[in-house]
Amino acid sequence: MRYNWNWGILFQDPYFEWLITGIEWTLIVSSLAWILAFSLGSLVGVMRTLPQRLPRAIGAAYVELFRNVPLLVQMFIWFYVMPELVPDDLGRWIKRDMPYPEATSAILCLGTYTASRVAEQVRAGIESIPRGQRMAGLAMGLRTWQVYRYLLIPVGYRIIVPPMTSEFLTIFKNSSLALTIGVGEVLMQARQIENYTFQGFEAFTAATIIYVAVTLVVVAVMARVEVKTRIPGYGVRKGR
Amino acid sequence: MIEISNINKWFGSFHVLKNCSTQVAKGEVVVICGPSGSGKSTLIKCVNGLEPFQEGTITVNDISVGGKGTDLSKLRAHIGMVFQNFELFPHMTAMQNICLGQTKVLGRSTTEAQDRANALLQRVGLGELGYKYPAELSGGQQQRVAIARALAMDPIAMLFDEPTSALDPEMINEVLDVMQELARSGMTMMVVTHEMGFARRVADRVIFMDQGEIVEDATKDDFFTRSRSERAQLFLSKILQH
Repeated sequence: MRYNWNWGILFQDPYFEWLITGIEWTLIVSSLAWILAFSLGSLVGVMRTLPQRLPRAIGAAYVELFRNVPLLVQMFIWFYVMPELVPDDLGRWIKRDMPYPEATSAILCLGTYTASRVAEQVRAGIESIPRGQRMAGLAMGLRTWQVYRYLLIPVGYRIIVPPMTSEFLTIFKNSSLALTIGVGEVLMQARQIENYTFQGFEAFTAATIIYVAVTLVVVAVMARVEVKTRIPGYGVRKGR
Repeated sequence: MIEISNINKWFGSFHVLKNCSTQVAKGEVVVICGPSGSGKSTLIKCVNGLEPFQEGTITVNDISVGGKGTDLSKLRAHIGMVFQNFELFPHMTAMQNICLGQTKVLGRSTTEAQDRANALLQRVGLGELGYKYPAELSGGQQQRVAIARALAMDPIAMLFDEPTSALDPEMINEVLDVMQELARSGMTMMVVTHEMGFARRVADRVIFMDQGEIVEDATKDDFFTRSRSERAQLFLSKILQH
């Protein structure tokens, strides 16, 4: 294979700046999407564990809708189809005046999709807590929301820190799909560098390293969260 | 104080409680015994509405447990319950376990709740262990914290659901001692247990259940000396042999 390696290209103007811009967009889209996914997913996950039938059904419907459609399809739906489905005025505003339409669509898409996965983790965490804990809370006079607020959520979320780390990582990696609707994130910038310079190996290597670096930071942060929230003696010793 | 009349309960098609009726007067200690699967635990959980029932009425201090307009949370706040598996909250220290209901349900201040918790920890013999998490305590210690947690709500009655069944033998007495002291202090108690020694020493009345029915409901002396039903006699002969 004849190929002129030129790693220096990555640090030249304007390509270095493109990569920086890419990192910025990746971080912005992923972080905002994660905030949405975490809050919405928590809500939906809790709904699926409530005693009442209606919230359970709504939660289940949400999860099945958002996790069963390919993410790329959802990306296109949010960007191209959704503005046509909403009332005319809103649709016009989305197409003409909404700031950063690509990034906004990508955040909504990634956030709502990941929320369905977060919801399942939250449900699994809460359901893994013995039924007696809920009973003990109710028996002392706590109301259902208090049982969740003080007992089930604090314990359930501690249990699911490891799988939640995976979801948090996945949202960074999935954010690369946003390039299909024109968000200038890392992968898009890498492709653009390739188009301009034909140095594709260098550009995509840079993208790879950036993703690995970002996800390793996430892993390190979540490892700290896991240590900080550990319950003394819980799940370490033999059972009761 | 607790009136149970004609309770019927089904799990699906399984008839768990059949026409159960009894009552517990203020200050009375009632022990409920019987073979496993006889519905003892289910009956006691009906008293504070943790298990719903389909027919019959239960009233506690003249408030109907199954009633439509009853604020169950408010009622439960005044009925202490102790579980077989302790059910302490694992992410809270013993102290926090005892303070939770006091601050969040009764609206006490943190200092007030902590003072009360300290006094109760002393009472159950765990004065120095308030800072420990449940997993750092032995089974007997956990159950005593659970009793303290229930007492912190100043209950009008206490329900015990097999409080010593999950304990290692050497820890059973430390829990029974606390319960005995509680009974002597005049607490109204319903106790599901297999500890017949405890029943002999502490109970005013003994209820024997089998297959969802209350077979025998007698004063302690009558129950142990002249049980009327064959089933109760058989049960007693089996568990008193050793």
